[in-house]
Amino acid sequence: MTSSTAQTTMSDGTKGLVVRGLTTTFDTTRGLAIAAADVDFDVAPGEVVGLVGESGSGKSVTLRSIMRLIREPGKVSGRVEWGGRDLVAMPAEELRKVRGGEIAMIFQEPMTALNPVLPIGAQIEENLKAHTALTGSQRRARALELMNIVGIPAAERRLDEYPHQFSGGMRQRAMIAIALACSPKLLLADEPTTALDVTIQDQILKLLLDLRDRLAMSVVLVTHDLGVVAATCDRMAVMYAGRIVETGTVAEVFARPHHPYTRGLLGSVPRSGHSRTMLQSIDGTPPSLTALPQGCAFHPRCSFATEICRTDRPPLDLIGAGRRVACHHHEEVAAAEPIL
Amino acid sequence: MISLATTTRTVLRGRKLPRSLIGGGLILVISLVMAIWPTLFAPYDPNLFDYNALLAPPSWDHPFGTDSFGRDVLSRVIHAYTIDMQIAIFATVGPFVIGTLVGAFIGYVGGFWEALFGRLVDATVTFPFLVLVIAIVSVLGPGLGNMYVAVGIVGWVFYARLVASEIKVQKRLDYADAGRVMGYTPMRIVFRHLLPNAITPAIVYWMTDMALAILLGSSLGYLGLGAQPPAAEWGVQIADGKNFMNTAWWISVFPGVAIVLTGLGFSLAGDGVAELLRVRR
Repeated sequence: MTSSTAQTTMSDGTKGLVVRGLTTTFDTTRGLAIAAADVDFDVAPGEVVGLVGESGSGKSVTLRSIMRLIREPGKVSGRVEWGGRDLVAMPAEELRKVRGGEIAMIFQEPMTALNPVLPIGAQIEENLKAHTALTGSQRRARALELMNIVGIPAAERRLDEYPHQFSGGMRQRAMIAIALACSPKLLLADEPTTALDVTIQDQILKLLLDLRDRLAMSVVLVTHDLGVVAATCDRMAVMYAGRIVETGTVAEVFARPHHPYTRGLLGSVPRSGHSRTMLQSIDGTPPSLTALPQGCAFHPRCSFATEICRTDRPPLDLIGAGRRVACHHHEEVAAAEPIL
Repeated sequence: MISLATTTRTVLRGRKLPRSLIGGGLILVISLVMAIWPTLFAPYDPNLFDYNALLAPPSWDHPFGTDSFGRDVLSRVIHAYTIDMQIAIFATVGPFVIGTLVGAFIGYVGGFWEALFGRLVDATVTFPFLVLVIAIVSVLGPGLGNMYVAVGIVGWVFYARLVASEIKVQKRLDYADAGRVMGYTPMRIVFRHLLPNAITPAIVYWMTDMALAILLGSSLGYLGLGAQPPAAEWGVQIADGKNFMNTAWWISVFPGVAIVLTGLGFSLAGDGVAELLRVRR
């Protein structure tokens, strides 16, 4: 686990988010589950980074580890640098100022992420109460402003309504309004559109991008939807079995995937403008986190696998500016015919 | 409590009151009025001896009859509301508040404190509630004040157990994580966010517990450990009448009816509150 030796555009430590060697494990009755292993990535100011992978690939765990939301028996190690400070080692008091104030997070299921017995307006004001010295009427005014920013109509009236009176899309907007209350510099979004239908998804993503521009905020977007990544992200990191297997700009990764897993993911997305073909799927299932295969975790499902893949785990190598891949045969993969 | 107020506000929004709550509430309001102004309703002084009417059966002069000292049973039953309603409230408020606070702490913190509390619960439920209370009262000495203390020492455990288990469920939901991620203090998360969502079962239990408290108060009064004899209290009155059950049944029966009615009021109200709070979400 020494991938931190190969660092490229190492940010200066005062700007953006720098994650190095983030490892999260759970001690379960069936053995140690490695939910995230040696995760490295950077998020520059104003950048939107997508974390992509199947269910159980460790993307949500990574996000939750950054925010120190992992409960016992989970253990987190590594460094999460934010403004020159390490979030993993930070005392609780200091962490509370960062959370909600500088870094905010939104969740997949907006119904359960809102407190059912508090009006939406009161929940927005809660955040302001915790991080600002605004008076009651100033908080109310700011809450109203936020409701307008996230595009909730009839904001004045809806401030006093409860979460169950909001539709799914409106709830997610409300959740975003709460998260944005103190103008955070980084927004962590854990599958923010997965629970919404497609038209609403699109609106919410547009809203996030619009807010990124207006508030100069960075976004880490966790999703399993490559369409969402293509539409919103600047850079992406693909995760498999708790590890990042490929990173790069969205354009580069989509154009020339260097990891067979990324290639498989891209092949499983239907595209228009091509003749009709069978939709490709990746054979097999993701490995159990308590019993990862020897060598490369993807080798049992990989058509490029050779002997070395079964014995040695490939490091996350630099193959271009800001472009990394963890595969022994990445040149072969990149050179292979596109899957479609 | 702000949290209670918010819960009620959410719940009442455009919803019809359940019938059991209306019925129970009506009984309780009447009981409370009689408890606060007994002299408005009682025809006689509850402690006035009338030697011309000893053990008189129910009549127009004494609708519930008189006891062995010629005291008017109706007046005593009405005056007993003061003490018995007091028992219902005083014997349960302490356990409710303490139990809720401790339960919230234990449910949120978990770990060592939860394990310790678990053993305390085991130790408490091993003994029948009444036996434990009697044991404590006999150490402290009889009387209403000591009875409240005894009930408080034992009773909070049940509230704490209820609230702790509910908080444990709530703290794992996304909105609790959302609160942590917004940088709220644990205090704020527990009291402003989790507790209003977790307190419903404790409130419902509280209502039924008040009915049980009246039964307990009467039982202890009957045994001579609660309210002391000259006082008008239903348990004391039933004890007074036990020697005359064959000849003057009214001395014991009417206070008994009052106990049943008031208990019914609390139970109905408890059912109603449960129904009212259940429909939400």
